[in-house]
Amino acid sequence: MTLLSRTADNLFWLGRYLERAENTARLLDVSYRMSQMPDPSLAPHAEWLAALEVVGQRKAFEKRFKKLTPDKVIAYLAVDDGNFSSIKSTLRNARENARAERNSIPSEVFESLNATWLGIKSADIKSIQAQGYRDFCDWVKERVHAVRGLIYGVMLQQDAFAFHRMGTFIERADNTARLVDVKFHVLSARKQDKIEDYYRWGALLRSLSAFKSYRTVYRDAVRPMQVVELLLLNPDFPRSINHCTGVVSDLLEDLAPDTRGAFLAKRLHQQFSKKKIDKVVRSKNLHDVLEDFTDASAALSDQIAKDFLLEG
Amino acid sequence: MRNGKRVRPPYADYAKFLRRRNAIDRIAQRHAQADDMFRRLGITFAVYGQEEQDERLIPFDVVPRIIAKDEWDRISKGCCQRVTALNHFITDVYGKKEIFKAGKVPRSLLKNNAEYCKEMENFTPPGGIYTHISGVDLVRTDEDDFYVLEDNLRCPSGVSYMLENRDVMARLFPDLFDQLPVAPVSHYPADLLAVLRSTAPARVGDPTVVVLTPGRFNSAYFEHAFLADEMGVELVEGKDLYVRKNHVFMRTIDGPQRVDVIYRRINDDFLDPKKFNKDSMLGVPGLFQAYRSGKVTIANAVGNGIADDKAVYDYVPEMIRHYLGEEPALKNVPTYHLKKKSERDEVLDKITTMVIKEVHGAGGYGMLVGPKANKKERDEYVRKVMARPSNYIAQPALALSTCPTFDGKKLDPRHVDLRPYVLMGREGPTVVPGGLTRVALKKGSLVVNSSQGGGTKDTWVLSK
Repeated sequence: MTLLSRTADNLFWLGRYLERAENTARLLDVSYRMSQMPDPSLAPHAEWLAALEVVGQRKAFEKRFKKLTPDKVIAYLAVDDGNFSSIKSTLRNARENARAERNSIPSEVFESLNATWLGIKSADIKSIQAQGYRDFCDWVKERVHAVRGLIYGVMLQQDAFAFHRMGTFIERADNTARLVDVKFHVLSARKQDKIEDYYRWGALLRSLSAFKSYRTVYRDAVRPMQVVELLLLNPDFPRSINHCTGVVSDLLEDLAPDTRGAFLAKRLHQQFSKKKIDKVVRSKNLHDVLEDFTDASAALSDQIAKDFLLEG
Repeated sequence: MRNGKRVRPPYADYAKFLRRRNAIDRIAQRHAQADDMFRRLGITFAVYGQEEQDERLIPFDVVPRIIAKDEWDRISKGCCQRVTALNHFITDVYGKKEIFKAGKVPRSLLKNNAEYCKEMENFTPPGGIYTHISGVDLVRTDEDDFYVLEDNLRCPSGVSYMLENRDVMARLFPDLFDQLPVAPVSHYPADLLAVLRSTAPARVGDPTVVVLTPGRFNSAYFEHAFLADEMGVELVEGKDLYVRKNHVFMRTIDGPQRVDVIYRRINDDFLDPKKFNKDSMLGVPGLFQAYRSGKVTIANAVGNGIADDKAVYDYVPEMIRHYLGEEPALKNVPTYHLKKKSERDEVLDKITTMVIKEVHGAGGYGMLVGPKANKKERDEYVRKVMARPSNYIAQPALALSTCPTFDGKKLDPRHVDLRPYVLMGREGPTVVPGGLTRVALKKGSLVVNSSQGGGTKDTWVLSK
């Protein structure tokens, strides 16, 4: 089956947007929970600043609002039309991409995504307060799961599907990297405390739905190094950088093994599949490792665009 | 539905349904469901000039418009006849011009006619087919009379509503389909694909067909995507295509792939910035040259506007007699050309019984409905007419037939028209038994265009 380059591009971004909506909802959910357990050793609103930091919106937010309040951050991340990566904007973009490609995706997928859009289209801070922040976040996650579930359940698993997954996993790895980077920075500044570690590092795990996986893998107290190891290097945890880059590398290997993109993906994956955690952290500052990763991931995304004529 | 007190025969079974207890409650409930269904399915259209609401639903009425088999046979025959004659006419216009030599159509029609496309002279598209898809707009004035209002030979739209309306009705009233022998319409996309493939350039074994859309912001985008989906072909935008050595290719992740037939849903002007509107971002540079060299089929053909011009419309009955040697099965509405003083005076004299339109207008914009307009509106319109009379034609306001329509509380008659879709491939014309029924939802209104508050209905042609 022929796959138009534009269609491939749209499905790639459909994957990214859906994943981004889900990730922002998780981030919001966890930040809100943490803000209800104020930590005197952290600066006021540290959680909310970190949340803005994770999605790369701190500067843009501070430019628009003089004073930070939790409600403002929530509104900004959830339903702000002017914020390109708010949940609402992201779902709008996902729905627009699906609408543009409604002939190449199963009709149920568009209908489900369209229903999602209709559900959030007129949401504002008042309506999500009335609904309850956590219910709102759950709703977003469930909607994304439903749409993704349909894609996996009914779409032909050919090239178009491969591009959708590629977008999903590139976005997911990127999100994990940013989240670990920001949280590690914030949390390492605190003094060590077993109980506090449980909640603080536990919250990081929760924001990636990784708590249970952590317990299954380590059967141990929540220790920062192990948390980082799980999120970066574990091959089986579906949101780890190792796992996500592995999926992307395999997809490209199947699709076009001779492209530069396939080569870059493989190389990136090897950096996270062969390493040991102490080496990652010891050889270099973790921040540098993660920053190198987000740069390499952006370069890979560009290379995929070049390899498959997605632009020009 | 009724003629005096008598229920007309095609509605007999439906009338039985209406006499059932709570029928109106059921209709009200289904009416609300239909709205939800269309919104969820994303069957929307964009309204130009309404920014705040970028996507809207066309109101759907759940009461079907029912047509008897013998009535349909006449409509179908008449539409095929017209389109066949018009295809001959276009061939003739850009070729030998015999009908003008025979004196049946005045040459003056071509003079200064912006719709005449000089680039199409001395060129025959593959299979000699110009009018692959036509939407013939009809109205009924009494039990026996159907009039043709327009032959849309360029990019007629609306067929997706014919198909979706049926789909929604089958979900809402499954039992009615058990009781009435409603002819199916859902094979339209298959027929369309067959027609497009049959008109591929000669010597192409397994032609690749695409649908060319201006993109997702176009008002009919839903339909473009829908048809591509139903036919199982690619939906492309101009930037997905390019021309090399007179062949058209689309950009795919596996590299270029050749395209043989383009079902385009963009106007002639925007097709090829090299040939027509040079500012067009929607088209494909070099496409027209590829077309002229016979390497690609464009459906509908370029330059068809010359045959569905409102000034040319008058002569269609004459074309049918000239090219086919037959009498027209469907009537033309008498048309007055306001550039002629005698006709203009006659129209202005009885303006309250006339409809005046712009020659090249479409979509129900810029027209005057005499019987409905007040004096101020009429006077204003007359001023515009006098400033440029050649831009206007007039027709008597017809007593359009009505169909029962749910007004929110009860069934009430509303005016309707009908657009069947004629397909023409190498094997000649066919019409799927059905079409788009548009309904003027405002009580008494005669304007059915969706841009002017019109809605749609499912059209049921009875197969016996």
